[in-house]
Amino acid sequence: MDFLNAIILLLNYIFVPALTYGSQLALGAIFVTLIYGILRFANFATGDMMAFGTMVTILITWYFQSLGISLGFLPTALLAIPFAIIFMIGYMLFIDKFVFRYYRVNKSPPVQLAMVSIGVMFVTQAVVRIIIGPSDRRFFDGEKFIIKASKFKEMAGLNEGLAIKSSQVLTIFITLILVSILFWFLNKTKTGKSMRAYSDNEDLALLSGIDPKRVVMITWIIAGILATIGGALYGLDKSFKPFTYFNNMLPIFAAAIVGGIGNPFGAFLGGYVIAFSEIFLTYAYKKFFMYILPESMEPETLIQLLSTDYKFAVSFSILVIVLLYRPNGIFKGKVL
Amino acid sequence: MRKHLNVITAYMIMLGLIILVGIFQSWNVALSIFNMCLISAVMTMGANVQWGYAGLINFGLMGYAALGGLAAVLISVDPVQEAWSAGGFDILMCLGLIIAMIFLVKFILKNFEKSKARTYGIAGVIIVGIIIIRITSESGIEAIEAVNPATTGFLGGLGLPIVFSWIVGAFFAAGLAFVVGKIALGLRADYLAIATLLISEIVIAIIKHEDWLARGVKNVIGLDRPVPYEVNLQVTEWFISLVAKFNSGKLDLISNIADKQAALNQLVIEGSSVFVKLCYSGLFLIVVIALLIVTQKALYSPWGRMMRAIRDNEEAANAMGKNVVKQHLLIFILGSAIVGIAGAMLVTQDGLFTPGSYRPMRYTFLIWVMVIVGGSGNNFGAILGGFAVWFLWIEAAPISLFLINLFTAGLPETHEIKIHLIESVPYFRYLMMGMGLLLIMRYRPKGILPEKIEIK
Repeated sequence: MDFLNAIILLLNYIFVPALTYGSQLALGAIFVTLIYGILRFANFATGDMMAFGTMVTILITWYFQSLGISLGFLPTALLAIPFAIIFMIGYMLFIDKFVFRYYRVNKSPPVQLAMVSIGVMFVTQAVVRIIIGPSDRRFFDGEKFIIKASKFKEMAGLNEGLAIKSSQVLTIFITLILVSILFWFLNKTKTGKSMRAYSDNEDLALLSGIDPKRVVMITWIIAGILATIGGALYGLDKSFKPFTYFNNMLPIFAAAIVGGIGNPFGAFLGGYVIAFSEIFLTYAYKKFFMYILPESMEPETLIQLLSTDYKFAVSFSILVIVLLYRPNGIFKGKVL
Repeated sequence: MRKHLNVITAYMIMLGLIILVGIFQSWNVALSIFNMCLISAVMTMGANVQWGYAGLINFGLMGYAALGGLAAVLISVDPVQEAWSAGGFDILMCLGLIIAMIFLVKFILKNFEKSKARTYGIAGVIIVGIIIIRITSESGIEAIEAVNPATTGFLGGLGLPIVFSWIVGAFFAAGLAFVVGKIALGLRADYLAIATLLISEIVIAIIKHEDWLARGVKNVIGLDRPVPYEVNLQVTEWFISLVAKFNSGKLDLISNIADKQAALNQLVIEGSSVFVKLCYSGLFLIVVIALLIVTQKALYSPWGRMMRAIRDNEEAANAMGKNVVKQHLLIFILGSAIVGIAGAMLVTQDGLFTPGSYRPMRYTFLIWVMVIVGGSGNNFGAILGGFAVWFLWIEAAPISLFLINLFTAGLPETHEIKIHLIESVPYFRYLMMGMGLLLIMRYRPKGILPEKIEIK
């Protein structure tokens, strides 16, 4: 029985939250990696673009709520996301046309494009804060829990409860669906193949008649979808605060590089690597050992490898180690 | 003279703007902007040495600035004897352990062939080392943090004058830059940018959460000053007579003696804070000018030419027998050291160290905007960028308030949009920075004062 309790404890405090957080990071990391693979620059505006998409989702959600439209036990935001995606794609294409295109046409070095993306970061951040303000916002409505901790305890007859929030299940499901569609698109459809070819060798792709404008446009469209859904899921699960989104850019970058930048599947796994290691290393295992060890051997300290303050530092350290030993990432960074 | 006309005009305009602020807002505001401009100028010079001279991208400026600030605390605060006796030994032992660990790793690296076993061996040494350090330090840290936690709770510093920290801050930053450079300089430009950004976040996390070192997020306040305190000045004889002399025209107009005394008191209070800021300006100006002379000399020396050659064509420079790796490391250390000085200066001016306030937006990206806008590769440009961008950063709120009022003049005062816009005035500075950066990068990619290569 104690053994079961210990497992449920780990599931509740490590596995489910890490899986959720990892999915959110994975979407962002695929976004970074796509931009890097096809447009060839590190996009420092990632976090703020996700904040922008989330902001639009929130505004539309509020509008729906004021009209009295709701999805019952599901959050209204799910209904708002498609509209937000359309808006976000417009925003992305707008930025590309007026900012990034000039440098792409002139074949500027990637560093210059990265600098430009910093300019975009400043502007997007300002727009988000001017429109919706810098404060913390929750926009989750509908049924909050799928399984409540107390109910689970009753059902299973265990000491430890397992609470599963519906936002967690939604995040994991939507991520899996979205990522499978994306990989199907990249690997099976003609457009996806042309994108991969473009990413692999631009000149050869041009020679074989691939239209670069179309490839770039589709990249931005996919980026818009990923940014909006990734941001909205993070906001549904935790809360929306522009500053947090900006900070999330850092673990997202870490995930993309750990997975091998330019490789979407690597980025997808990288998100989970980062999330699991962050939570594994900063969890206090005292209670876990209390369950599995006999009473005489029970630990007195928290058995915490690192204090939770160092959560972010963990992912960055992993990144530094990866950069040192495998600069191309764990999963061999190749192009798309 | 004519060759430098654009430099002179640009600086004249900048000075004129600051003087205008002095006339229309107050001299206090103008001087505090000026001082922060000087500090920003030091930071931009550091970034410019790395980016402009050598083409190295360093997004970790924040970490070096914070280390400089840490140096200011560790140098100027008086040592906390109780804390030293409570846990000083444990901390020193940990320091010894860390050094032993580094030497052990170095020993392994030197004496064993590169292999999987060696990699695992090093990883094992580091992991075991960290566990041992945690166990030895735990009691010491707890003891130190328990010593009067409301005011101290840390080891304190050396109790030396704070100006020394400017040099020590440079050394701290240089030390970190050495480690980071060894790890990351081999990476491609955009990887290097991300890696340095993340490493600086790690540094901030450590400073924030190691309370025994500098009180972490509890902040250290009331640091020593290299300049007199306002309160002391206000009762000093010579200062009062100086103020009276300066304002004799204004004071003579007042006939009533009591009124005159009250007016003089008011002037003395205002004058004292202006005087303190002027003292800081003097100190900072010395640093800026000294650094400017040194960097300018370096830029036009054979070494500077070599750096530009490395920047513009690494392979060719390598083929000419220049040690690219070594020079990159050197310039990375030099630039970071300058940023460290700036960090120490900043804490000196504020008189407090707040690790929570170090955010990449303010201490990394804003400095980069300054360098790009001012003109990378040109020291005068970088300094001008520091001045112009910081000026705009501070004055953005009044400017945008004015613009909002102008554009919404037709709307009634209680209109929702107008109120919302006025509430979000502080965020218009980000918009201005971003637009400024984008416009400069598009239409004047070399900055306001572009790099000029002169062979003297």
